[in-house]
Amino acid sequence: MTITIYAARKILTMSDARPVATHVAVKDGKILGAGTLEELQRWGEHTLDETFADKVLMPGFVEGHAHSGAGSVWDGTYLGWFDQKDPDGKVWHGLKTTDEIVARLQEAAATGEGPVVGWGLDPIYMDNVRITRQDLDRATTDRPIVITHASGHIMSMNSKALEMAGLLKQGLNHPAIPLGKDGLPMGELRGPEVMAPAGQKVGYDRKALEGSERGLKAFGRLCVRAGVTTSTDLARIYSPDKVDVMLKTTGAKDFPICLVPFRHGRDMSPADLVAFMKEVKPKSTERCQLGNIKLHADGSIQGFTARLRWPHYQNGAPNGLWYVAPEQLLEVFERALEEDLLVHIHTNGDEASELAIDTLETALKKVPRPDNRFTLQHCQMATPAQFRKAARLGMCVNLFANHHYYWGDEHYKYTVGPERAERMNACRTALDSGVPMTIHSDAPVTPIGPLFTAWAAVTRLTASGRVQGEGEKISVAEALHAITLGAAFTLKMDHLIGSIEAGKRADFAVLDEDPTEVAPEALKDVPVWGTVQGGRIFAAETI
Amino acid sequence: MTPALPVTVIGGYLGAGKTTLVNHLLRTSGLRLAVLVNEFGALPIDSDLIEAEGDALVSIAGGCVCCEYGDDLVGAVMQVMALEPKPDHILLESSGVAIPGSILASLLFVDGLRGDGVVVVADAAEIMNTAGNRYLADTIERQLADADILVLNKADLVDEAALDSVRNWLGAQVPGTRILPAVQGQVPHDALLGSVPLPRRGHRISGHAAGLFSSVVLHPSGPVDPVALATSLAEGGHGLVRAKGYVANEAGGQTLIQVVGARWTVEPAEPGHQTGVVCIGLKSGFDPGRLDGLGLVEAV
Repeated sequence: MTITIYAARKILTMSDARPVATHVAVKDGKILGAGTLEELQRWGEHTLDETFADKVLMPGFVEGHAHSGAGSVWDGTYLGWFDQKDPDGKVWHGLKTTDEIVARLQEAAATGEGPVVGWGLDPIYMDNVRITRQDLDRATTDRPIVITHASGHIMSMNSKALEMAGLLKQGLNHPAIPLGKDGLPMGELRGPEVMAPAGQKVGYDRKALEGSERGLKAFGRLCVRAGVTTSTDLARIYSPDKVDVMLKTTGAKDFPICLVPFRHGRDMSPADLVAFMKEVKPKSTERCQLGNIKLHADGSIQGFTARLRWPHYQNGAPNGLWYVAPEQLLEVFERALEEDLLVHIHTNGDEASELAIDTLETALKKVPRPDNRFTLQHCQMATPAQFRKAARLGMCVNLFANHHYYWGDEHYKYTVGPERAERMNACRTALDSGVPMTIHSDAPVTPIGPLFTAWAAVTRLTASGRVQGEGEKISVAEALHAITLGAAFTLKMDHLIGSIEAGKRADFAVLDEDPTEVAPEALKDVPVWGTVQGGRIFAAETI
Repeated sequence: MTPALPVTVIGGYLGAGKTTLVNHLLRTSGLRLAVLVNEFGALPIDSDLIEAEGDALVSIAGGCVCCEYGDDLVGAVMQVMALEPKPDHILLESSGVAIPGSILASLLFVDGLRGDGVVVVADAAEIMNTAGNRYLADTIERQLADADILVLNKADLVDEAALDSVRNWLGAQVPGTRILPAVQGQVPHDALLGSVPLPRRGHRISGHAAGLFSSVVLHPSGPVDPVALATSLAEGGHGLVRAKGYVANEAGGQTLIQVVGARWTVEPAEPGHQTGVVCIGLKSGFDPGRLDGLGLVEAV
């Protein structure tokens, strides 16, 4: 293979040995070195590529908590409050009124057949207006409309959809089905136990879309636009026969990222789960890293299903739900530690984080594993003591900086109140406690975009424009570390990706501006030209 | 009109004996049971009962089936409802940390289903410890509170004093809830499910623990207000665990009454059923004589 030397306006390597360079030499998809042209020329015959001569290169961004479903959701119609870019780069303007929502749905209903699927609706920003089935009937009465809200906890339907689901009738008495004055469902379904079957009856099956070749490709395009070269797909249920499909899709020569699917443990016994992961891990390729496990300890804070320590929810709601029994968590931990497999645990509430930390401590007494890197995902409410203990046990955290921006105001006002809302997603405390940290988008819950996520952790602004938790801000340098090496570390991939150094994958985020030179408030606006992954160039404009 | 298919949720913490109870019911009830399970993948059916394992359904001796529901409970329920012949009763074994009443509630909007009740299994030797665990206390509290019938399992693993103490403790936690001590889940299926139209001649309480239970048939003297009768059976302090049967109502038709613990339902029935309500209770707490005021009490 030939050697290519890329010239750039500036290269931020994230390596202490040579933090800034002007050129990087690449061979066989890997980095020979970063430095000056003079230094790199000694590698011999090479091509000098000037494509990035006026660009700034960083290590390809690593998204430590996203779902590939962020690609397939765009098969439906975006109805959110904020502007958002689809996989083709088209900007969908945020919708501010019920009328705008109805108009966009009307347009969607005019073509195609089957259910009209919408997503990303978030009435929180519209003074919590309730979108009724009658509102949606204005868009169409012939086709069913199924809308999932941004929170993921609510679904809205028009009359046709409710009728198809068998729900347009009197006498329903169910906490998840609010009724209108006429005694019929008003159009919202509030809870997965109702949403999933109702959606299915209408012909909408979110799970069927996830993991499809088309969905994965769309996700890859979103990643290129965000500068991401490696992303988790954090809660996949897949069977052995799906592994080959995943390897084939990610193996296509134009697939632009390395995908890191975590197998969810909810439908397998711990022994079967660990045996399965042990078996598939060696099948990993440069574009698909297999063998990792994801578990859910609790639910969500705004859905009041997260497990909180005292004083619990501010409004007196009962504490949330456990999604795993402590004994089961312990068994998965012990078996995974024995096989040196990586486990990431969804813990939103501080009691859930505590259980995961305590359980790992117990497991480590039986199976010592100093470099375990078990990672608390979201970990939104963790206390300083929990961060300190997590650090000493060899754990990592992945904090939900985007959530702080999108729903921080809700937590301040409604769920936990100011004192605890200000300490949510405590990046400063995490770093000061010595626990390896990254930050995430949880796409499609919020849009994938590590520079935005970094901005959110640096500014700690909420959607209403308030700084919430001044003391938990981190610096731009720390945030850039978090979205590169920080994330790579939590995936046990920091020897492969996350910095521009000899021997690592030639993964670059190609930027039009230098994120270390713009004002911190402008970090999220730094334009992304595209990426280089494994030495392959992907321009956002043509992806 | 096809009668609604009854669903019983079997809840309780990990290791309490839910699976043992389910297997006991599969062996003894004589009903076509559809068992739905969601416990981290391990199939909780005794291997000698399994006839065939398919992709979605496991066939079990006696025309029963087992199905895992994962995160699509309603889908699984609809699948077993579509079976021919139709099951007599659905048993839903919830996960060890689930709140069983919420699970039952989530099924109530499915047409053709009837929530029969919540049976919570507690380990006599462990329940007080588990309820004292700082992570689990409120979960256990909510599980117990949801029970229509509480099966206090593994009663043989504690001495009499300890059993008394755990019974007293449970009595204080959930006053009024029927508590059935059991060994290896051996509770008469009639007391928990009893979905055979009753009474039948020669009807007998079955199961190894039968000696602990007594059973009578109540014959009201004439047409009754079914709601008033059901309420009285459920809440009248008679110590009943379960009651089921047809009565003549004041409108000239028939009504099916079902009582599980303190929960009751009434539903219109096709005419022509033999009337009478089978009432089952623990001998220690159920005095059939106290039903005298409601009609003629026939011993069985």
